[in-house]
Amino acid sequence: MRALPVAARLYVGLVALGAATVILLGVLLGPIAEVDLGTLLLLAILFVIAESIATMVDSGKTGISPASAASLAAVVLVGPVGAAVVGIASGLVIRRQDLVKRLFNGAQFVVAGYASGTVFQLLGGRMGVPEPEMFPWIILPFTAAVLTFSLCNTLLMTGLMRSLGELRLKRPRHMRWRPLATLELSSIGYAMLGLFIAAIWGAVGPFAVLLVLLPLFIARWAFDQYVFQQRAHEATLATLCQAVETKDYYTRGHCMRVAKAAAMIAEELGMSAERVQTMRYAGMLHDIGKLGVPTKILQKAGKLTEEEFAAIQLHPMRGYEIVREIGFLDEALAGILHHHERMDGGGYPKGLAGEDIPEAARLVSVADVFDCLTSTRSYRTAWSAEDAIAELRRCAGTQFDPRMVEALVRAVEREGWEVPDLVEPMKDECERLAAKTPPTGAEGGAGEAPGEVVPAGAAETGADVAVGVVEETAGS
Amino acid sequence: MMNSAPTVSPHRSRGARHGRQWRAVGWTRPLLIGAALVSAAGSLLWTAAVSGFEQPRVTLAFGVLVALGEFARITLPGGREAAPIASASAMSYAFLFTIAGDPVPHSGVQVVAVVAVGMALGELPHVMVGRPPHWGDLARRLLNVAVIALLFRPLVALIDLEGPLWWMALLLMAVIVVGVWAADSVAAAAIRADRLRTRFGVTVRDEMRAQVAIGMAVGASAILMALSVHVMGLTTLLVFTAPLLVTQVAFRRYAQIRLTYLQTVRALSRVTEVGGYVETGHSHRVSRLAQGIGRELGMSESELLELEYAALMHDIGQLSLRDPIPSGATVLASPPEQRSIAELGSAIVRETGVLDGVAELVRRQCEPYTGDGEAGPPPLGSRIIKVANAFDDLVGGSADRDRVEAVLQRLRMDTGHEYDPVVVEALATVLQRPDFHWRGD
Repeated sequence: MRALPVAARLYVGLVALGAATVILLGVLLGPIAEVDLGTLLLLAILFVIAESIATMVDSGKTGISPASAASLAAVVLVGPVGAAVVGIASGLVIRRQDLVKRLFNGAQFVVAGYASGTVFQLLGGRMGVPEPEMFPWIILPFTAAVLTFSLCNTLLMTGLMRSLGELRLKRPRHMRWRPLATLELSSIGYAMLGLFIAAIWGAVGPFAVLLVLLPLFIARWAFDQYVFQQRAHEATLATLCQAVETKDYYTRGHCMRVAKAAAMIAEELGMSAERVQTMRYAGMLHDIGKLGVPTKILQKAGKLTEEEFAAIQLHPMRGYEIVREIGFLDEALAGILHHHERMDGGGYPKGLAGEDIPEAARLVSVADVFDCLTSTRSYRTAWSAEDAIAELRRCAGTQFDPRMVEALVRAVEREGWEVPDLVEPMKDECERLAAKTPPTGAEGGAGEAPGEVVPAGAAETGADVAVGVVEETAGS
Repeated sequence: MMNSAPTVSPHRSRGARHGRQWRAVGWTRPLLIGAALVSAAGSLLWTAAVSGFEQPRVTLAFGVLVALGEFARITLPGGREAAPIASASAMSYAFLFTIAGDPVPHSGVQVVAVVAVGMALGELPHVMVGRPPHWGDLARRLLNVAVIALLFRPLVALIDLEGPLWWMALLLMAVIVVGVWAADSVAAAAIRADRLRTRFGVTVRDEMRAQVAIGMAVGASAILMALSVHVMGLTTLLVFTAPLLVTQVAFRRYAQIRLTYLQTVRALSRVTEVGGYVETGHSHRVSRLAQGIGRELGMSESELLELEYAALMHDIGQLSLRDPIPSGATVLASPPEQRSIAELGSAIVRETGVLDGVAELVRRQCEPYTGDGEAGPPPLGSRIIKVANAFDDLVGGSADRDRVEAVLQRLRMDTGHEYDPVVVEALATVLQRPDFHWRGD
């Protein structure tokens, strides 16, 4: 905020000027004498408290705050001018914020409060504590006032964003309407409570605000806890997946990239946000069972024996066994178990074919192989995204579901794909690892460290294996 | 309310012979359930036979709201059951002054009767599909309302909300809500202490912490609903359940993600077993042993959760080894190896960015209890994991009593320096309980 663009400064100045005019005119011309000063003062104080607590609770990330309920209560209790005056109080909110922002916030609430107050009175609302006989018809002018309030706020905010250059008009297809709608709805919901605060103001005065807002603050708190726990869960899941990969330098980051590719495909296919998330988890966890395969086999140079290949084929089952107790995975479980099935039925562990393979598995399979091909392995360098796509297309129908392949292609074309950096195991890291290995049971010590295993033209081992090259190994 | 001391009482041995459900029940829970049943039956009889239901329409409105709220009950973190909307509407029924100015003559007894019927109706579908409520929690919910109703209903006639002392009414309601909340937490803590065999003082603190947020929301909503009906009539009743509904949704999601998190860590802690690094079930057994010891030593709920995570992931550092330690028993590995496994595991856990406390427990799990170096003795959690891990490694696949005794003896011999004697004795106590199954199934 230090170097504010001239346009933004001008804009904030303009809004502030508008607010000042509103208040001046209101005080000079409006029926100010009828406003109960005590109520006005209490409302202003409550407004500041509500706003301060709200920002303490959610650390100022979202634009809405329960203070709008206080503002709308002011509309009913002390009329448009009163609401405007209460709006000034938002400049006094207890939080760390620079002067320009305070000025803008204050002005915004003044203008919005005055406008909605005017609308409320034009449609027949009367200033003061509503009488029981005014229900339920008072709801009409009040709803109009709430909509005006919300509209004013949105317009003023949009203007600020435009002048800051932070808002670019996105293509409508990728505009996310749901979060925006949720935000608007919840702010309108808060504002609607203003009427009820006003209604019981007559009985308990300012405690009305406390009683109405307390459950909401607690809801907010619980929701923040939920968000925090969810992030923690994500982070833990990702970390544990990556920990499993530390065995093999060349597959580092594989699970996170497959998770990303799986999410890209799912989004491209128009799946709901929840399913996209499930696909992400499936991608993240698809190889977790590989841990059960001895390192020796995973990194073996040369052709695998039948037993060794059988050991590798076990990994989807092993992975499934590990994660099946995790309740939220549901569809992802199928994705993990069947991600090595082939469309022609030649895959493992069940040999399913075509549509019998769960959708999640077909999706993860494509994401998995795509990342394999575009990253470096001990036996070959990474392919370019174009080559990988060509290879995927070649095998579409026999190994992959063409629908998934095309979805991936479209997603990659649109968003691009970052080919991972070549991860060369650091020499000292190898030595450190070798040193950590207990002497007992370690077969090769440093000699087996992956950096030194560079067999030319080695058969693809491992589960990540894929296409073309794979067929010779699989012996299918 | 105090029967948490770990002495063997006739109660316990009798409880142990009953099935799974009843094995750890002390006298608090039956007492509460009995009191709830008696008050429900008594109030119903009295209202139906003697006084009759006043104002059927109002009665019906609140009864239906209670039933709906009870139907939509939620489970809070820690397996606590709550029905915020049912509780709030029941309490507001007890607090009701007037309905838009018309007096409400219903008695406290009627409140209890209506709420009991509402709760029973709300629970009926759950019971029919085989999801019965926690009967203790249900009894508490009813008794809370009963206490409020019997305290407040006789006073309603004396309160004048229009007069200069209106704030006294508000204060009185607030005091009653807070008092009932505190008493309820104590009752819940007594049940929990019986069930988990932990210290009463610890569970009281846990319960208060767990119930404070939802309790405040329920209390405020109850007062608000009573006042809004007083001002605007019955129609607003529904409107004011909205904030509570939002609260309830938020809490439900919070509880769900907590459960998911635990499931994820439990499942992923098994990667070490699948990888052949440790014996099958080792992490779970160590976690169960560690929790038993932790409860015995009076750890709080949040500490126990951290301990559980740390115990589940205590061997995760082995993932960084190229090949498994033979038989996976870290107790047999050399101290530097143990140390490096702990360090590597702690580094992995710390990587999550949210489990720093757990990472610290994992890091110091193999230090001797007297501590080495300047860092001082390791935290209690680490000492517990050290003992639990050694015990499970040494006992191996055997469930033999003699073997268990021999291992305990061996651990006791090392209490001079290696193992914390307090922790080892706690382990011995826990293992003696007939209902403690650390081997799982």
